[in-house]
Amino acid sequence: MHFADGVIPKDYLGYVRKKHLWILGGIVLLFLLLIVSISVGAVGIPPSEVFLSIVNGIIDRIDAFIHPGTVASVSSTDRIVWNIRLPQALAAIVAGIGLSVAGVAMQSILRNPLGSPFTLGISNAGAFGAAVSVILLGAGEMHSTVADAVTLNNPYLTTMVAFVFCLLATAVILLISRIRGASPEVMVLAGVALSSLFTAGTMFLQYFADDTQLAAVVFWTFGDVGRANWQELGIMALVTIAACLFFIANRWNYNAIDAGDETAKGLGVSVERVRDIGMVVAALVSAVIVSFLGVIGFVGLVCPHMVRRLIGDDQRYLIPGSCVMGGVLLLASDTVARVIVAPYILPVAVLTAFLGAPVFIYLLLAGYRR
Amino acid sequence: MILDVDGVVFNYRSAPVIRDITFDLQPHQILAILGPNGVGKTTLLKCMNAILQPKSGSVLVEGADLLTSDRMEIARKVGYVPQRCEAGRMTVFDAILLGRRPHIRWDVTDADMRIVEAAIRMLRLENLTLRYIDEMSGGELQKVSIARALVQEPRVLLLDEPTSSLDLKNQLEILGIVRRVTTGHNVAAVMTMHDLNMALRYADRFILLKNGVIHAAGSPDVVTPETIEAVYGVPVTVERYNGFRFVVPLEPESA
Repeated sequence: MHFADGVIPKDYLGYVRKKHLWILGGIVLLFLLLIVSISVGAVGIPPSEVFLSIVNGIIDRIDAFIHPGTVASVSSTDRIVWNIRLPQALAAIVAGIGLSVAGVAMQSILRNPLGSPFTLGISNAGAFGAAVSVILLGAGEMHSTVADAVTLNNPYLTTMVAFVFCLLATAVILLISRIRGASPEVMVLAGVALSSLFTAGTMFLQYFADDTQLAAVVFWTFGDVGRANWQELGIMALVTIAACLFFIANRWNYNAIDAGDETAKGLGVSVERVRDIGMVVAALVSAVIVSFLGVIGFVGLVCPHMVRRLIGDDQRYLIPGSCVMGGVLLLASDTVARVIVAPYILPVAVLTAFLGAPVFIYLLLAGYRR
Repeated sequence: MILDVDGVVFNYRSAPVIRDITFDLQPHQILAILGPNGVGKTTLLKCMNAILQPKSGSVLVEGADLLTSDRMEIARKVGYVPQRCEAGRMTVFDAILLGRRPHIRWDVTDADMRIVEAAIRMLRLENLTLRYIDEMSGGELQKVSIARALVQEPRVLLLDEPTSSLDLKNQLEILGIVRRVTTGHNVAAVMTMHDLNMALRYADRFILLKNGVIHAAGSPDVVTPETIEAVYGVPVTVERYNGFRFVVPLEPESA
């Protein structure tokens, strides 16, 4: 069959350009938000100084890498920016991107608008793991300072156990779907069942915990992007970037699956394999983020839907769009969480839904953009 | 010969659904698979591009066995139009562009987009290029689905009840498109159908399935009152009008 005489319609190219502009605009917004987020807080730093501190800091680090032994001068502004606010802001962006891209992939793989790391029980499995580490393995205790009332005296143990349970939940879902055939309904329902099971398990453990342990578990479940240090941030960023590239590489497969399983198979997509591998990658990136930062809901579920309303269901734009939207929403939420009841700093998980839900409901009511 | 199906058997949980299906098809021909609900028409169609893996038998397209090829390779040779396709928030152009999936490496090229545009013109969808498919009628959506299969540049086109749930005008239009494509592009088409009169109007070859095996196969001459009654259990007469054959049901005994 030959179609030699086609010409690309101009209005289609214009349409594609508009989609790219939306995503580009989102990236610019994210950078501006990053500067603003770092400049506000207990000590206000003018945005221009934030920008200079970041640029100089990067140059100094490259310099130190090339000429070991040179020591750059570090001002107090640099310390605040580089030691506290930049890692926190970047953690917000990375976690937002990771959870959102996991959500968009799960929604497509599971053919279900409610797909997210939450729906499949991954977040609750992580919370259960944290409870096990604190209550059964003694990883947590309570301090009396107000700003940071609870610390985990062995955060790595908590992270590891949470991670193991996240993966366990994923493995169980995949095992069930292997036995029953990788149908999306089975995966979603198995996820809901597991989610309830882990919630019940967490409640059971909490019932027998003492005050300090209970506080530590509850503290852990409030997802907080301020927890990550540079090294943890590096791990999260690496996994998130790898996952994003994987999902973007699979964008045509997800588009095909969105058109129906049979259409996808007719187009040469091995639907079951794409579904299984996509689930593993989405679960992995969620598990890494949840175990380092705690439970952050809403982002993974809603960011993809916000982007759908703005630029449609085409995965070529939806996946990068959801990444940007996830970063923007979580960073904006974290910025507000840090200043809304200053000098207290709220964990970001409290704010995501507060900020995101009204925006999302507005978008639902407004309908699709043309 | 473009399509050669030999001894295809498909079992569902060890119960045979279709058995010993053997036929072949030349380019430019349209084959209609007829038979009552649940007889295995769709199963047979899905076996022909390995959406369902037959237990035994072979499906050759231009001499190459599909059942041992990988999925992408099959998709470059066989286009499949399912009975229903999901309609998300996508433009007509992008929905058809998806049909280039078996040929895309990392991203679409200008050549891919030119092929899509030509298919859009062929199916007269020019005015709908940027319409979202979730806002379209059943007939328009079916055309998009066929265009998507066409831009795969297949040698064989499989259509699962392409005219069910369409009105008369759309039925004629869709089948007219299938006719145009097969004659104009050196392609063969296989479709399952319920409407015997539409099948007689557009198809060249017929297979009547009964209990999972071929009861009768061949030219329009195999559609006789005897074969139809044997397959569907309904007494009919076959009339001619304006050069077309028509199957007219006689009064059923229970009426």
